[in-house]
Amino acid sequence: MPGSGAAGGEGGAGRRNMGGIKGMADPRGYGIERVAYWLMRLSGLGLLAYFVAHIYETSNILRGRAGWDEMLATTQTTEGHVLLAVVIGMCVFHTANGVRLMLGHGGLGVGRPARPDYPYAPLSQGARHKIGIYSSIVLAAAASMYGLAVMFGEVH
Amino acid sequence: MARRGLAAEAAGTAVSPSRTVTLRISRENPADARGGERGFSVHKVPVEKWTTVLDAILDVKKHIDHSVAVRYSCRQATCGSCGMLINGRPRLACFTKIDELGADTVTVEPMKNFPVVRDLVVGFERLFEAHRGVKPYVVGAGGSGGPPGAAEAAPQTPEELERFVQFSACIKCGLCNSACPTMATDSSFVGPQALAQAYRYVADSRDKGREERLKIIDESHGIWRCHFAGSCSQVCPKGVDPAMGIQLLRGYLLGFRK
Repeated sequence: MPGSGAAGGEGGAGRRNMGGIKGMADPRGYGIERVAYWLMRLSGLGLLAYFVAHIYETSNILRGRAGWDEMLATTQTTEGHVLLAVVIGMCVFHTANGVRLMLGHGGLGVGRPARPDYPYAPLSQGARHKIGIYSSIVLAAAASMYGLAVMFGEVH
Repeated sequence: MARRGLAAEAAGTAVSPSRTVTLRISRENPADARGGERGFSVHKVPVEKWTTVLDAILDVKKHIDHSVAVRYSCRQATCGSCGMLINGRPRLACFTKIDELGADTVTVEPMKNFPVVRDLVVGFERLFEAHRGVKPYVVGAGGSGGPPGAAEAAPQTPEELERFVQFSACIKCGLCNSACPTMATDSSFVGPQALAQAYRYVADSRDKGREERLKIIDESHGIWRCHFAGSCSQVCPKGVDPAMGIQLLRGYLLGFRK
C-alpha cells in the first residue's frame, strides 16, 4: 500500500526534496528522543562492525598459538582498550534503550489517548521514556568507565 | 538573490514595527526551463509581537515580490496548508509567531520529504495516497464497501470516543511526514500521518474493518519501518501524537491489545 514515491505531484512537482541520509542521521532539533534514535542506529552499526572484526580476530586461532598470541597483542594496547570501552558503551546503550523501544513498540508506556490541550506536549514522549533514554546513556557511560578501569588495571 | 527593503507603498500603512528581522525565502521553480535553480531571496521585514511567519511572507509577497509562491488558506491552523520548514523545523507558518523563534533571521524552506512544486509549495499527492490507502473511514458491518449507512449507526460511550478522538484532530498538514527520519530515506514508507489515521479507525468501536486495515499496514514499508524517534509528535500542531497512535497500533499487531 505504499505511496508512489514518485516526484510527480500537483502541478508537475519536481525535485523530490527527500531529507536523505543527512535528514535521517541529523540528531538536532527534535529533543532527546531523536538523539536516542541516532545513538541507537550508530551503536547498532558499531556493534555490527565489532561483530565482523571479532570474527576476524578469533579466526586467527587457525594460525596456531603464535598467530593467536600475535593477534591478542595488537588488542592489548591503549587504542585497543579505548575501542573496547566504546564497544562496551555501545552494547549497554543498545541493550537498555532496546528494552525501552521494545516496550514502546508494544504500546506500553506511551500514554493513553486523551483530548490534547495546548501546548500539546506529546504523551508518547513523556517522563517515563525520557528517564529510560537518560538512564541508558548514564548506564553506558558508567559501563565504559568501569571497563576502562579494569583494562587499565585500576580495578581487579 | 539581492537584498531588498520594503517598497515605497508600504510606507503608507500604519505600522509601528517594534523590530525588523531578515526573512530568507527559498526560491525555486522546477518547471522553469532553466532547470529550476535553487536560491534564497532575502528581505528585511518589520515585525510586531503578533506577526506570524505567514504574515511576513505575505508582506513580502504584497509589497516586494509578487512571485513568491506560498500555499495558505485559513490562517488559524485549521486547514493545514502552510506547512514549511521554519529555521529548519517543520511548522505551520500561520501558527508560528516570529517573536517566539527568538532569532533575527528567519529562513523558510519547503517541507522535506515532499516534492517541490514551487518555492514554498510542495506536492501532497503521496501523503493523500497513503492516507486513502488505510481506508480513513468507518467500515460498516458489510465489509470494505465504505462507510456505514444511517441504519448501521452505532451508539458510542464517551470512553470509547476518548480512545480515538485525539487522532481525529489531524489536519493533514504533513509536518509529521516532513520530520520523520524514516521518510527521509524510504520513499515507499506509509508515513506517520497515514499510520496515525489507521489507528484512529482501528480504535473506533463502530469500525468493522480492523483486520483489513491491519493487513494493509503489516508490510515491510508499513508500520514496521517506524523506529519511534517521536519527531512526528513533536511537530504536530494539533497535538495528535502520531507516535503514540503508531505504537498502540503495533500493539494490536503484536497481540498486546485487543
